[in-house]
Amino acid sequence: MNNLSTVFERCRRENRAALVIFVSCGFPSLADSEALIDAAVAAGADIVELGMPFSDPIADGRVIQLASQVALRQGVTLSKVLDLARNAAHRHPDTAFVLFGYFNVMLNFGVARLCDELAASGVSGILAVDLPFEERGELLGDCHRTGLSLIPLVSPETPPERARAIVADATGFVYCVSVRGVTGRRRGLPPDLGERLAGLRSISPVPVAVGFGIGDRAAAQSVAAVADGVVAGSAVLAPFLDQDDNAAAQERAVGVIRELRRGCRRGPADEHGAAGSGS
Amino acid sequence: MNSHYGIYGGQYVAETLMFALHELENAYLAARNDPEFNAELAGLLADYVGRESPLYFAERLTAHCKGARIYLKREDLNHTGAHKINNTIGQALLARRMGKTRLIAETGAGMHGVATATVAARFGLECEVFMGELDVRRQAPNVERMLALGAAVHPVSDGSATLKDAMNEAIRDWTARPRDTFYVIGTVAGPHPYPAMVRDFQSVIGVEARRQILDKTGKLPAEVIACVGGGSNAMGIFSGFLKDPGVRLVGVEAGGRGLGSQLHAASICGGRVGVLHGCKTYVLQTPDGQVREAYSVSAGLDYPGVGPEHSYFADSGVASYTAVDDDEAVAAFRLLARLEGIIPALESAHAVAQAIKAAPRLRPEDSIIVCLSGRGDKDMDNLKQYLADSAPDDAAGRSFQEK
Repeated sequence: MNNLSTVFERCRRENRAALVIFVSCGFPSLADSEALIDAAVAAGADIVELGMPFSDPIADGRVIQLASQVALRQGVTLSKVLDLARNAAHRHPDTAFVLFGYFNVMLNFGVARLCDELAASGVSGILAVDLPFEERGELLGDCHRTGLSLIPLVSPETPPERARAIVADATGFVYCVSVRGVTGRRRGLPPDLGERLAGLRSISPVPVAVGFGIGDRAAAQSVAAVADGVVAGSAVLAPFLDQDDNAAAQERAVGVIRELRRGCRRGPADEHGAAGSGS
Repeated sequence: MNSHYGIYGGQYVAETLMFALHELENAYLAARNDPEFNAELAGLLADYVGRESPLYFAERLTAHCKGARIYLKREDLNHTGAHKINNTIGQALLARRMGKTRLIAETGAGMHGVATATVAARFGLECEVFMGELDVRRQAPNVERMLALGAAVHPVSDGSATLKDAMNEAIRDWTARPRDTFYVIGTVAGPHPYPAMVRDFQSVIGVEARRQILDKTGKLPAEVIACVGGGSNAMGIFSGFLKDPGVRLVGVEAGGRGLGSQLHAASICGGRVGVLHGCKTYVLQTPDGQVREAYSVSAGLDYPGVGPEHSYFADSGVASYTAVDDDEAVAAFRLLARLEGIIPALESAHAVAQAIKAAPRLRPEDSIIVCLSGRGDKDMDNLKQYLADSAPDDAAGRSFQEK
């Protein structure tokens, strides 16, 4: 059931970084999210993070905060996100899906039931932003039982020996946060990112993807040179905040994704990748 | 240090904050065992805060209730008018010791923001306070106090634009600047080590109260009563009596317009186990696990979570928790003002209201200690509004008079 290793292996063969796209489920509506997922996959997304809205998103910047509020106002619940996930995974069997969110909503739903439903839906993993190494026992047992990957996070503040413990038994991939702070675009990526990534990849048993602050082709390109995956979220959602016409916003979002996907290429070997491997 | 209280507590935060939390825990442990740190803290508590605070026998309130003797632990007499400064002064000393140059804080009613701005001024540290936009409007005098003390106040317009959103924003700020910034949390909530550290800094209330009641009455009280929003004054006074099984510890949550109305702030009495602001605890939430907005006439109690150690105390029976509604709290506020010449904070009035209920059930030779956590000057406008809203035909100005 777990597509993550297949996806990273495919990208490695095609000499490019995997493109991971974050979608805030229910923003601006569930139907729009569904359409955005389809469009993202067609534009070259390899992995889709299904963002589950939460009232108190402490690790997120303005864009994702606002997106969450919009989703919640429309009554988006975890059950509805799970329906969306099931349908999306069914339509895109070659894409990997990861549920992304805050732990309270998962705890409230019931961790065992959540993992059962995700695994049955064809979702590959869970990323709980506010569940660090110390608290991962909350999800780890049920993830193992159901074959889901519990995606760990490593940040610029993580000391090397701690990073070693965090990634030691990781499955799926490791999510490396590029900068201190919350999600959202930045003016530039930190100069020591390459060095950190080299260290992290040397100790990680699974691929390493980098997220936070990556919004255009150039940023994707510099990350793709040092990492196995490139994650983007706020940059894809921002067009929907900027304008009321959702069709036009989606067109702009797809444009962003295409650019990011071009940035994921490492060499000439992947000239046809964007068109060929999306679905 | 224990990071959990039974199933509660823990560190439910983004990975980026874990290093800062470890650094804080290590610094706090070292400071706690350092005689020099403790001596400096004790000196400041005495000469700057004005401790110890009196334990006052409320003679006329006692006569009115016809039961146990009611004593008030006068935290309202501290510098800045509440118990909050016991904690902020400890954290500011720690921040200086750690070489941090910038304090940040969340605030609801503004009391913790003022207490943080005060100690930042005292130690020459930068200070930035996050406050819900709605609270900035409701608590204008406290905003002016913070500005006068040299702090910057950032209005937060996200979510419900109140305390929980201010705390979200403070956590985000800390995530972006963990190196030079010290986050001064105002209550016994948040990720470990905050619940334990804030409890320890507030435990001075309980240590003093126990000694004082023994001096005055020769025996321990039957009950110790304190209001609980996040629960720092309650945890502070309870911690003095944890080894005294005969003393009943009672936490009073804000019942707002009633537990059935959903317009309340009673996380233990009316919430479910969840995770908010870095800890597992009782949380007011929707059936889908979204955090609800809390409500109380008292701005300092309307927090949808509660300190995790209180959740543990509630489950294990170490303390018991009840709720007092807006009307009862306002009635207690007026009664205490009239009978004792003490205007309590509306937060503390919840504890007074509970004491008024409990006293007649106890014997005259028993005593009750109420933690009078703050003074009520800040609440006069709110109260006027509340009375005007509940009796629209009555001119607001006349509402203070007995009818």
